[in-house]
Amino acid sequence: MTMTTSAPVTDATTGTWTVACAGAELEPLWGETVLLAGRQIALIKLSDDELYAVGNQDPHTGAFVMARGIVGSRGDIPTIASPLHKEVYDLRTGAGLSNPALRIDSYPSRIVDGVVEVQLP
Amino acid sequence: MTTTREVLIIGGGPAGHRAADALRARDPELATRITVISEEIHAPYDRVALSQRMESSVDLSLTAQTEWHPDHVSVLSGVAATSIDPIGHTVETSDDRRLPFDQLVMATGSSAPVPDIPGAEHIRVYRTIDDVDWLRDEVARLSVSLGRAPRAVVAGGGLLGLEAAGGLAARGAESSLVHSGPWLMSAQLDQGAGQALGRVIAGKGIALHLGTRPRDIQLTDDGSAVTAVRLANGQVLPADLVVFAIGITPRDELAAAAGLELGPRGGIVIGTDCRTSSPDIFAIGEVASFEGRCTGLVAPANAMAEVVADRLLGGFAEFTTVDDATKLKLAGVDVASFGDALGTTEGALEVVYADPVRGVYQKLVVTDDAKTLLGGMFVGDASPYAMLRPMLGAALGDEPGAYLSAAGGDGPASSELPDSALVCSCNNIEAHTIRDAVNGIGTPDGEACTELGPLKACTRAGAQCGSCVPLVKKILETELVKSGQTVSKALCEHFPLSRQELYETVRVTGLTSFDEIISTYGTGRGCDICKPTIASVIASQHQGYILGEGRAGLQDTNDRALANLQRDGSYSVVPRMPGGEVTPQKLAVIAQVAIDFGLYTKITGGQRIDMFGASLDQLPEIWKRLVDAGFESGQAYGKALRNVKSCVGSTWCRFGVQDAVAMAVRLELRYRGLRAPHKFKFGVSGCARECAEARGKDVGVIATDKGWNMYVGGNGGYQPAHGHLLVGDLDDETLITYIDRYMMYYIRTGDRLQRTARWMEEMEGGLEHVYDVVVNDSLGLADELESAMAKHVENYEDEWAATLRDPERLRRFRTFVNAPEEADPSHLRVPERDQVRPPTDEERAAGKGVLLSGSRIPVREGA
Repeated sequence: MTMTTSAPVTDATTGTWTVACAGAELEPLWGETVLLAGRQIALIKLSDDELYAVGNQDPHTGAFVMARGIVGSRGDIPTIASPLHKEVYDLRTGAGLSNPALRIDSYPSRIVDGVVEVQLP
Repeated sequence: MTTTREVLIIGGGPAGHRAADALRARDPELATRITVISEEIHAPYDRVALSQRMESSVDLSLTAQTEWHPDHVSVLSGVAATSIDPIGHTVETSDDRRLPFDQLVMATGSSAPVPDIPGAEHIRVYRTIDDVDWLRDEVARLSVSLGRAPRAVVAGGGLLGLEAAGGLAARGAESSLVHSGPWLMSAQLDQGAGQALGRVIAGKGIALHLGTRPRDIQLTDDGSAVTAVRLANGQVLPADLVVFAIGITPRDELAAAAGLELGPRGGIVIGTDCRTSSPDIFAIGEVASFEGRCTGLVAPANAMAEVVADRLLGGFAEFTTVDDATKLKLAGVDVASFGDALGTTEGALEVVYADPVRGVYQKLVVTDDAKTLLGGMFVGDASPYAMLRPMLGAALGDEPGAYLSAAGGDGPASSELPDSALVCSCNNIEAHTIRDAVNGIGTPDGEACTELGPLKACTRAGAQCGSCVPLVKKILETELVKSGQTVSKALCEHFPLSRQELYETVRVTGLTSFDEIISTYGTGRGCDICKPTIASVIASQHQGYILGEGRAGLQDTNDRALANLQRDGSYSVVPRMPGGEVTPQKLAVIAQVAIDFGLYTKITGGQRIDMFGASLDQLPEIWKRLVDAGFESGQAYGKALRNVKSCVGSTWCRFGVQDAVAMAVRLELRYRGLRAPHKFKFGVSGCARECAEARGKDVGVIATDKGWNMYVGGNGGYQPAHGHLLVGDLDDETLITYIDRYMMYYIRTGDRLQRTARWMEEMEGGLEHVYDVVVNDSLGLADELESAMAKHVENYEDEWAATLRDPERLRRFRTFVNAPEEADPSHLRVPERDQVRPPTDEERAAGKGVLLSGSRIPVREGA
């Protein structure tokens, strides 16, 4: 089974799809962290057909903790809240919703044949 | 540099305290230096609340608005002023000092007079903390030595006499009250009200003897003890204890000797500027004679103190009228009067409701056109008092009868207090000040006070006797509605329900899944507000493993990892040490774990040890060692019981009267793991010295020689609050029953992140309501609350032991899913004071700090 999710926000044609982990390692609504080419990336699975990959670094404090935040929604926007000071980000784009001056990194992601892949720039 | 002026205040009672405090607050430039000479050894205390002291050894210390700096305010306790030299500007003291002053404030108060009748040397008075403590102890002593209830005769049917008689009766004495007037409180109440009060007091088992007075005190043959009191009407009342509370005598003897002008009935004459006949000497409080009389109430004393503080700093404030509104502070007896309560104004009309059977009397005094409020009097049900007193002199919005609650009037809907209405007479706060503060006008930083706690702190309204708090709350709510910021009870955008409503919903439906709850009662996917709230509500009721059954993703930051997240993404670990007790063997385990994992260690404020700097994946290894050594999770991460702090108690301490540690351990083991709207802490002190600081806890337990006093609603932190006495002298089992009920009632009805202090403050009826629910079971909930707690106790399981038992659960503690052996490269450490800490941003940018790797961390000096 092949499934692609999460619209890319950067130029998807230039990046490299990199294997992150087995899809079975991810539990819905529970963030996990992967270390890919020296980057800490938070993987958030909302459901079997909705997956997001964002930077694990909290832009407000610099700590690598975003995967441990609470997942939710604001209107129709899927969100994650920083576990340190609770700033809320758009999981699709990384844009800060509670503080527009802040932004987390955002990466295209997909599950191919049960394997999670993230496109690195 | 300007010279500092010396201000001397003679008297450390409420008036003297208030003058020092007001001066301190108004004088940030320190133009004055204040010395308070106080002959009592106690710190200034709230004399108005003496009746509480009768119930148990509560601390009545007055708190200062601004912190008193020792360079600015010094208090000489246990020192009396012996003479004043108004010309030389000096005061001599009992410790043979001569203190110079630029300005002097006389706040010497008054004494309780005792008539010169035979046996008078055996008469006690009801005036100071020492008097009250003595009476309390004496009743206890007599009960034992006589083997029966001691008989107490109280002379004086005014406020203090009633409080004394009521207090003695509550301590187990057979009280009788002798009053020279034809009815009780005959100086303040009319006949109807006085008779209604008499009925209420007699109903409390206090025998009344009206229209007569004691003629002599009869003693045993050797003259060592009282046997009876003979009255002017010839009646002889058997007595073991005689207390007089027949008024007050201003302590003007120092002033008289110094040649200051005295009033016709004693007291130091003052003008509207509170100056005496000597321009650099002021007088305030009970000793001050204004317009020919002295007043024994706190509100005018406070007003005078503020006037003096203003004048001392060059202002022109004036003291113009005496607000002699009074309210009796005696449990179960409602008496209040204000304004022209006796209707002496010409043409005044009295609107009265009287029900002698129930002992209820309510009266409004209005002008002859029935439009303007002149005064009021309430016995048995004083609920209209708080609303009406500030409207003194103002136009009533409705016909007077509508304000009499006992007659079925529920207060007019239309009326709103005029801006100039005096809401808090103790601190002289008018309605507009409170309204402004709600709207952020005149507050520090322009911050709007939209909650009761901050509003009280900011305006000082309701901060002294507390009788106006319901009114302050009502003004707050009205203002919020007006400005459209009606506090919506909705938890967040996903739930229209409040936490309390969600709690009830979960309780009634038995739902335990967030998905079901949000799809039935909410919308969307939830957020960082509703998810942890619902997780807590489920945990309080069902006690399951918090990271199980789809609930892991609901948990807040710290609960998610069963540890406390620190600024660099690492965690700290706190094992439970019930009551702060720990064996040397267990301490050694903690030391070895901290050494092996390179953790920074620090003692917490709650008598435990915190170990910092663990990475997510180290938590299970650390806890394996701790659990094997017999430790449990301290739940320093949860909105749950943190710890029960205790002093060493009677087992070691030479002052202790109860075993505080054993009680603390028992409480901690009972309530550990209990999740609530906010974190909560307990404290247990083994005697009244209160070394465990229990009154700063949500539940504070303080030993007495008869059992335990239970205090509720204290906390430290951002808005510190002192706990209030809920019940005194409880035995162990009753104490636990009451704590069960109290905590469960809070868990059921508290708001999200609302600590117990705010919860009680926001609740209709406040402390009295909580008392009724917990002690009198007024809501019929006691069984339910107790069985909910029993269920919690039965189902408690240590969260870390439960985690370690199941390998599936350990999956949640991986740092990197794809590289389990990799240490988090962001966890750097630098050395400091022989331990380690995370580097600062600057140090990080400069490349300082070493990486944590493996379980042993090499730390190189200067790395």
